[in-house]
Amino acid sequence: MTTTTDEGVDGAKRASGAPPKKPTKRQRQAAGIADAASGGLGLMLVKIVSLGLVDAIALYALFVLVVNDEWLIAAIVAVVAIFVNWVYFSRKRLPAKYLTPGVIFLVIFQIFVLIYTSYVGFTNYGTGHNGSKEQAVGALMSAALDRVPDSPTYPVAVVDRLGELSLVVTGPNGGVFIGGEERPLEPASGAQMENGVAVGVDGYTTLSFQEIVARTDEITELAVPFSDDPNEGALRTPDGRSAYQYTSSLEYDEAAGTMTNLDTGVVYTDIGTGAFTSDAGDELLPGWQITVGFDNYLKALTDTRLSGPLAYVTTWTFAFAAISVASTFFLGLFLAIVFNDMRMRGRKLYRTVLILPYAVPSFLSALVWAGMMNESFGFINQVLLGGASVPWLTDPVMAKVSVLLVNLWLGFPYMFLVCTGALQSIPDEVVEAATVDGARPWGIFRLIKLPLLLVTVAPLLIASFAFNFNNFNIIYMLTNGGPRDTGAPIPVGYTDILITMVYKVAFTGQTRDYGLASAYSILIFIVVAVISIIAFRRTKALEELN
Amino acid sequence: MTTEAITAQTGGSDASGGGPRDTSGIPGRRPFRFGKWFLATGWRHMVGVIITAFALLPLLFVFSASLNPRGTLTGSNALFSEIGLDSYVRILTDPQVPYATWFGNTLIIAGITSIATVFLGALAAYSFSRMRFTGRRFGLITIVVIQMFPQLLAVVAIFLLMSWIGDLFPAIGLNTRIGLIMVYLGGALGVNTYLMYGFFNTVPASIDEAAKIDGAGHARIFFTMILRLAAPILAVVALLSFITSVNEFVVASVLLIDTDQQTLAVGLTKLVSNPRYADWSAFSAGAVMAALPVVALFLFLQKYIVSGLTAGSVK
Repeated sequence: MTTTTDEGVDGAKRASGAPPKKPTKRQRQAAGIADAASGGLGLMLVKIVSLGLVDAIALYALFVLVVNDEWLIAAIVAVVAIFVNWVYFSRKRLPAKYLTPGVIFLVIFQIFVLIYTSYVGFTNYGTGHNGSKEQAVGALMSAALDRVPDSPTYPVAVVDRLGELSLVVTGPNGGVFIGGEERPLEPASGAQMENGVAVGVDGYTTLSFQEIVARTDEITELAVPFSDDPNEGALRTPDGRSAYQYTSSLEYDEAAGTMTNLDTGVVYTDIGTGAFTSDAGDELLPGWQITVGFDNYLKALTDTRLSGPLAYVTTWTFAFAAISVASTFFLGLFLAIVFNDMRMRGRKLYRTVLILPYAVPSFLSALVWAGMMNESFGFINQVLLGGASVPWLTDPVMAKVSVLLVNLWLGFPYMFLVCTGALQSIPDEVVEAATVDGARPWGIFRLIKLPLLLVTVAPLLIASFAFNFNNFNIIYMLTNGGPRDTGAPIPVGYTDILITMVYKVAFTGQTRDYGLASAYSILIFIVVAVISIIAFRRTKALEELN
Repeated sequence: MTTEAITAQTGGSDASGGGPRDTSGIPGRRPFRFGKWFLATGWRHMVGVIITAFALLPLLFVFSASLNPRGTLTGSNALFSEIGLDSYVRILTDPQVPYATWFGNTLIIAGITSIATVFLGALAAYSFSRMRFTGRRFGLITIVVIQMFPQLLAVVAIFLLMSWIGDLFPAIGLNTRIGLIMVYLGGALGVNTYLMYGFFNTVPASIDEAAKIDGAGHARIFFTMILRLAAPILAVVALLSFITSVNEFVVASVLLIDTDQQTLAVGLTKLVSNPRYADWSAFSAGAVMAALPVVALFLFLQKYIVSGLTAGSVK
């Protein structure tokens, strides 16, 4: 900053020493704006109020995090909050003042999720493996709860604190206990008694009859463990007034790490795969989350049932992105040349019409095309082709052609606009000089205009390739990846590109496999990053940063 | 130009009849030769007509379908055979399809995202453009490189992160619009910042210096001068960011679970997931209503968008 101040002083000297010049329009404009810009107090006020808001939110977040025992996150929040205050109350740290807000979001929602994705890629996270081992044990035991046939009846009251339900239980000898989901019974203090039965506890709100009726499902689901030992079973209340003892048909032996099914006698052991497994190989699900190292990557690349789809999806992704860029670029360039003729009338009208496909949100256009390309009812088959039944979206090859055609429709206006701009920025003198030297139009185009155009358009072509490489919308909306490859164990189809495959592995189908999906994500990222870096190196786009 | 055009209109039909040759003697009115006209610009109009048909066909189709009172896909095939606003009424009143809510959600999410993106991006671009500090070059390159990892690749991690946040802070976690906006703002420092950075560099630094001499602080220079002088690029970035958010499907579909929290992209896509049984006219009406404001904005800002796009390419 000091350097700019010096320049400013120099500038002032020069201004005072030199004869007064008539200010340019820009200077007058700047002076006017600077004059109008009074009110430093207002800015200060805005700053204090916003910082106060930030601090209030940070304090609230700290409170919630500490209550939930998230100490590490709480520490991070505290450090960030202190850093923000330090930056904005300091007189220096000017760049930080301008960068901090954006960087906070960037760090959490781009960089952190990238790191988190690579972590998830090393786990077995997914359907049946989405919690800790304790949660899995608890879930297994409570799923297998059966009412003890001669269980005594415990009078209970349902109480609420912060939306979380608990049961107040009066024991056989008059003792009062309280407990909730995952919170074993413990002696309660401050019980309110009525006819020898506890009806409430200080600090909790007792549910009225109407509230019990309204929250019936929640209450009947509630299973309060008797003690820390899951084998002792739990209390459940079918009506919100009396509870019965339930024990599990599974017995958990923590020391040996085994689950025994008391009905069948089968022993399930923790063999390190994230689920209790019997000798016969049957798994008790839900299991829990473990890190599995490179298993997901190995599975994706070497399991023949998965590597086959991965190979053809990857090939198609490259082909799709490359053909999309090439086709839109050449059509756009062709149109730019055609309409870039001063003698032609109505160029503005054509340009407006050609912008339209680019202006309509692409998810809408893709859905409209999907309707038009419907094999039996679509506009193209029924009207344009007079009742033909071309399988636009249902045949593996035709579906790919359709995807490319629709993407051409979506993408050529952008290339048309960009090429028009680039063509118009080529100086006329260059073309004139070439004409004088006897060059023919085709030669001028091929040897002069195209190279000049490519210099300016190349970075956009790379960006366009990267965009199409992950062009989720068109695939998902048009074909949904179909037609489906029925042989593959994951829900993948012949027009799926890598990103839609990731989405399907993670979020559709009967089993969700977050671990495998994340591994795919990281593989895709590596591919895209390598291609982009090579391409940018080639075009030297990054080297122009100063 | 004009005289040629007039002759083009009158002479185009009987170009072979030799009529234009009769007028060749009149000064200032050049003879019209169809062959020459065709070679110069006529064929360009032929290309223009073909490409216009290609560009407009789906738009005409969806517009005609939206006016069709009958709901099926087959019924929509005869373009503009029946005209009525029934399907518009249907999609706006169907209790199963909270179209107005989706529309509102989309406007809120995309609107706030685009304004905040421009603001955060402009802050960063200003510091990159006007200040020299350690890590500046690294920061600029990071912004370009980080873009290569699109958020939708991390959708699993985003989902897990937001569901964790939702357990602790239900107001900003999973299934909230604020949560989705925050996720989108992760991309605020990106290509947009780079675009604005380039534009800020073209604003002469002498303006800053003049203001500094007059006693303006950095904040005042940024808010009252730079932002105003850079208004065209800010508008373009805001519009592009708005459209990106309107179009965004993956993250929105994963984070927004309840039907009345969803956006148009998520809701309308589910609506026609099976075109055979979908109420196609109602969908078309919804699509037309969703597209019209964006298209209008686009045409209105056409000049700026074109210059903004080419600013990204032409140095």
